[in-house]
Amino acid sequence: MTDAAMTPENARAPKSLKQEDARTKKRNASERRFRAYGIAAICTGLFFLLALLSAILSAGLPAFRQAVVEVPFTLTQEQYDEAEEAMLKTAIYTGYFITSLSDTMEAEGVEIEFDNKAVERLLGKVGGDLRAYYRDNEDEIGEQIGFELAASSRVDRYLKGTFTREDLQGGNRFFMPEDFDLIDAMQEAGLVKQVFNWNFITGVDTGVDNPGGAGIGASVLGSFFMMLVVLVLSLPIGVAASIYLEEFAPKNRFTDFIEVNIANLAAVPSIVFGILGLAVFIQFAHLPQSAPLVGGLVLTLMTLPTIIISTRASLKAVPPSIRDAALGVGASKMQAVFHHVLPLAAPGILTGTIIGLAQALGETAPLLLIGMVGFVARYPDTFVEGFLEPNSAVPAQIYNWAARSDAVFTEKAWGGIIVLLLFLVTMNTIAVILRRRFERRW
Amino acid sequence: MPVIWLTLIVLAISVVGFVLGRRRALSSAGGDSRNLHSLPIYYGSNALMKSVVPAFGLMVLWLLAQPLFIDNRIAQMIPEAEIAEGSNIGLVMAEVRRTADGLENAVAAGLLDNDAARNGQSDVAELTQVLRDAGQVVTGQITQPVLEAAQAYRAMSGTSNLLMTIAVLIVALAGAAWGASEGQKTFRARNTVEQGVLALLIAAASVAILTTVGIVLSLIFNTVEFFRLYPASEFFFLLEWAPSFSGRGGASSLGIIPLLWGTLYISFVALLVAVPIGLFAAIYLSEYAGPRMRSIAKPLLEVLAGIPTIVYGLFALLTIGPILLSVFGNDGLGWMQGQRAVLTAGLAMGIMLIPFVSSLSDDIINAVPQAMRDGSYGLGATKSETIKQVVLPAALPGIVGAVLLAASRAIGETMIVVLGAGAAARLSLNPFEAMTTVTAKIVSQLTGDSDFASPEALVAFALGMTLFIMTLGLNVLALYIVRKYREQYE
Repeated sequence: MTDAAMTPENARAPKSLKQEDARTKKRNASERRFRAYGIAAICTGLFFLLALLSAILSAGLPAFRQAVVEVPFTLTQEQYDEAEEAMLKTAIYTGYFITSLSDTMEAEGVEIEFDNKAVERLLGKVGGDLRAYYRDNEDEIGEQIGFELAASSRVDRYLKGTFTREDLQGGNRFFMPEDFDLIDAMQEAGLVKQVFNWNFITGVDTGVDNPGGAGIGASVLGSFFMMLVVLVLSLPIGVAASIYLEEFAPKNRFTDFIEVNIANLAAVPSIVFGILGLAVFIQFAHLPQSAPLVGGLVLTLMTLPTIIISTRASLKAVPPSIRDAALGVGASKMQAVFHHVLPLAAPGILTGTIIGLAQALGETAPLLLIGMVGFVARYPDTFVEGFLEPNSAVPAQIYNWAARSDAVFTEKAWGGIIVLLLFLVTMNTIAVILRRRFERRW
Repeated sequence: MPVIWLTLIVLAISVVGFVLGRRRALSSAGGDSRNLHSLPIYYGSNALMKSVVPAFGLMVLWLLAQPLFIDNRIAQMIPEAEIAEGSNIGLVMAEVRRTADGLENAVAAGLLDNDAARNGQSDVAELTQVLRDAGQVVTGQITQPVLEAAQAYRAMSGTSNLLMTIAVLIVALAGAAWGASEGQKTFRARNTVEQGVLALLIAAASVAILTTVGIVLSLIFNTVEFFRLYPASEFFFLLEWAPSFSGRGGASSLGIIPLLWGTLYISFVALLVAVPIGLFAAIYLSEYAGPRMRSIAKPLLEVLAGIPTIVYGLFALLTIGPILLSVFGNDGLGWMQGQRAVLTAGLAMGIMLIPFVSSLSDDIINAVPQAMRDGSYGLGATKSETIKQVVLPAALPGIVGAVLLAASRAIGETMIVVLGAGAAARLSLNPFEAMTTVTAKIVSQLTGDSDFASPEALVAFALGMTLFIMTLGLNVLALYIVRKYREQYE
């Protein structure tokens, strides 16, 4: 064999190492290809991230803007007295407003005919708003005031370009084809402005007849109460369980069983926790449906494995010399753990807890099962009611909006996602800062 | 008395116990803590622990047992004839509870005085109206037996609450007194307190067991109930999913096979996206990338894992769906009818799983000893040949484990399929068609209707059981494979 391999025919032609033969070329090409696959995979992943973020931002940011029509308006004392004596008070105010609006537009050189119905469709019940304002601020009668009136959601969408003349078929009580001309005219007169939509942040959910007025405020509060329950329950229970398993547990069947359980619970789909919450907390214990308390309990059970796993890691990171030193000066085992190990592990525990809370904040599926998708349009009155009264949560509210067909609600859903992600980014940033600042290498 | 007040009172009692216990111990030692067995704080904590723990334990147990006990007693009060055709005892009991709550609210709102609420002879129609005025949801007309049962329910809850308050307060006081009386200088307070704390730690660790037990029991009970109403053979083998929407009565076809098919198909598409991308990303990051690239690309990819699933759901429905529709829809190739399809949900889920696969594989590839790579380079292999022929085979069990974990994630994923996959159950091979999954049907069968007695609602528990067993099986298998692999190098 060896002799045969050494024959001149089989030996490679002697040439420079710098010159690639066909086989080396092939191997190098395959090396480059493989490398390119890797880069392509990473680029695809990053592209998806970019696509996701840009979709969220482009579709969600408009939810934070709101078109308003600003009309300078002066009400004289005589007008006020006259209107307050009339039968249909708000209609008179609307009349004043329309006069003022068309005067303003004429002054800007724009002429257009419109009636009070059109104003109502575009700007809502103007007369009522004006009357309420002047009744509260009688001293401002006679002065010129620039009224900012929120435009209806269809006006808003027309100005943002998501609702066009072609989209409207025939018109209805919410919108007529001639309203487009009025909007254009008002825009030409420079009356339309874009302002930050505070109502989206502070408002409550609305019915399908007023999609523009829907806000995420009440559900943010619902999420807040849920997170409070999760924090108050899962932090002490999780830390206690970790301390037992890491510092005290003997190696026996019971502790093994606990370990297996924790590992499995971490992998159980979230919807199964929803079923648990429905069957145990609502069906069995008759806790109020849709209440943040129940949502918080379910999310606590879901978050516990996360917190236990991270807490155990940070307890394990505290070197044994600390424990030995404490025991050496006469501390009991319990004192060594609670006085020395736990404070040193605290930053790690806190970081893990914040990350667990962030996970719980974004969780939706279990909340659907315990009924947190109902239509809720109010803030709780008291602190206790905040836990027990039906409320929504941010992700459940987003789901609720996404399931409705109106395009305005879709925009709100994306806007809600921005709010949710802002919370998550904040929490994760705090976790990262805590870790950077307090992390100790022993 | 509301539970929150009771809690505060018990806490106040225990604080008093703490102060007393500490003071007694100190005075027994003549004011010098060096003469005590333990630090003074332990004598106080002893009293505090002995009043708080039993009192709260009793309260929780009582609150859990009370509805069970009362429900049983009330259920016996309701005559057989009262249960309407197609209804059952559970529905009537729900009505009784609602009425009892309504009476409570009406009394609280001052619309009804206490005697009228207790009067068994009161006019049913009038009372219904009062309850409506109090803002209570009352379905239809309350019947006489329901009203009587509700009044009995209310009376029993009232008595039970009173008894509980008294019992809890007595236990708290007795515990505080016992703990405080132990405040003698020879008493080994620290040992007692530490034993108590240890017991609490064990109890906290047992919450994990309780949760599992809770999950398993709630699934099993309702699944058994479901199979009593609906034949198991049809559930497992029927090729059709068509629940009747009336809620009760009517023939429903509740076969799990179309749902399982949808679940597996969507998960398969998701893995088809996630596994190649995730695996190649992991290989590149661990074998080729420099520390700079690694420190940038790895966290960015992991951002994908931190995004809540509802966001992916919305992304599937409102971004991926329309894009796919514009290419494969009627304006393009004409293969796709709606935005919701297997491919829509599968793609979104795949994106979600990329970081999951990549970071798990990354860990596993990094765990392959460097000596194996060096050996391969020494033989003249190129980097990619080393990876393909040495590193990947060595890491294969771990990678398979990672893929199985990702599959279990995909099967249990809910929000993406609820929003992106559609609602119709189909047995089809076409990835452009809408299909539905086990998780999506659990949500749709259990939301809205609070009647848990119909097979249409109970089937969700059987579906949940299937899901639980499937994901548990995959996880156990994955952990087994990963663990077995680890033993080779450690």
